[in-house]
Amino acid sequence: MTRDIPLFDVPAALSMLPALLYAARLTFLAAILGFAFALVSGLVAYLMGRRARLVTRFVRGTPLLVQLYFMYYVLPSAGIRLSAMTGGILVIGLHFGCYVAEVYRAGFAAVPPGQLEAAAALGLSKLHSLRLVILPQAIRPMLPALGNYLIAIFKETPLLSALGVPEMVMRAELIGAETFQYLEVMTLVGVIFFVISTGASVLLHGLEHKMARKFR
Amino acid sequence: MWAGKLSSLALQLLSGAAVTAEIFLGAVPVLLLLAVLAGAARLSPWRPFRWLALGYIAFFRGTSALVQLFWLFYALPLLGVTLPAIAVAILGLGACMGAYGAEVVRGAVLAVPTAQREAALSLGLSQWQWRRVVLLPQASLLALPPFGNLLVELLKLTSLTSLITLHDLTFQAQSINAVLFRTGPILGIILAIYAFGSSLIDAGMDRLENRLGAWRLR
Repeated sequence: MTRDIPLFDVPAALSMLPALLYAARLTFLAAILGFAFALVSGLVAYLMGRRARLVTRFVRGTPLLVQLYFMYYVLPSAGIRLSAMTGGILVIGLHFGCYVAEVYRAGFAAVPPGQLEAAAALGLSKLHSLRLVILPQAIRPMLPALGNYLIAIFKETPLLSALGVPEMVMRAELIGAETFQYLEVMTLVGVIFFVISTGASVLLHGLEHKMARKFR
Repeated sequence: MWAGKLSSLALQLLSGAAVTAEIFLGAVPVLLLLAVLAGAARLSPWRPFRWLALGYIAFFRGTSALVQLFWLFYALPLLGVTLPAIAVAILGLGACMGAYGAEVVRGAVLAVPTAQREAALSLGLSQWQWRRVVLLPQASLLALPPFGNLLVELLKLTSLTSLITLHDLTFQAQSINAVLFRTGPILGIILAIYAFGSSLIDAGMDRLENRLGAWRLR
């Protein structure tokens, strides 16, 4: 006897939603902490300047997935044991830090050198001219690029599933293997990613416009 | 005995590199085609074209590349379309990076000043002539550096295909490791091969830019 199976089982998809959203908290956590670490490691790479050039080129020229494997399989033999989640966040932070360093470089380069001279001529100390003159002008144009990297990191977090971190895509694979409703669960994951990253990017554009108006 | 082991190891790495190269070289034309089509459609005066392109770009840029591959690999067969894993890799990665490329194409076309078009048309060039003789040389030169970055990203993305059963470089690293447990050197070699590939792409794009941009120096 055959039974009509709907092409896309909506009730089944809805029933998967809570488990996926619960797993998504690891996705968010990894994205936000990874981004925070990228901001820091990017600053280090920027301040090191040309000396960090070879390292950043290497990191940017190799796949994040292989870097994750390297952390997960090789570091323990050097005595460094990190959980997949912690190590994954660090690797993501280091990987994107090498991109963020370029954002810092471009941002600071965009401030005319005359500004620093003018600040010195007005008698501002080094620290004051950095805080009051340079940073406000340098950071604003950096924000859209940094926001884009936050979204990019969010979309790279599924790679953590290859190390067994039970984030959203890992959870989706398990649900798919249990129910064989891969169509429902993978579509759902795609929709969740799409809604969040597109929403974030629309928000970012709004912020950009608002700032452009404010600082015209 | 060690020599035999080493040569079989090298052979395994080589076959992995060949699969990676196959996916990469297969995906590049898909990327270029979709980037140019969608980039042009974004600038089309016809609204349905613009919307179609916008939907394609938003969809592929808004979701994770791994999710796209998994969807094509696990979900699409349930809709009755079963593609071999290699086709999933080539089409999926090409479509994914093509969406980013479409924005590059759009940006490059918009960066050519409108006065160029007016000048070309007033010189009696037809619409197609202006596109081919004036727009293309300038826009393609502007698009080259970001395209180089996209190609490096594409090479890096090919590592994801190891998660949909393809025996690429990353997969071979895993399987060699499972036998030998010498993870450090093996992953080190793999990373070096990818880095070499990336710098090869960078160098190639630099040369192409110099060649195509030779007219600027005159």
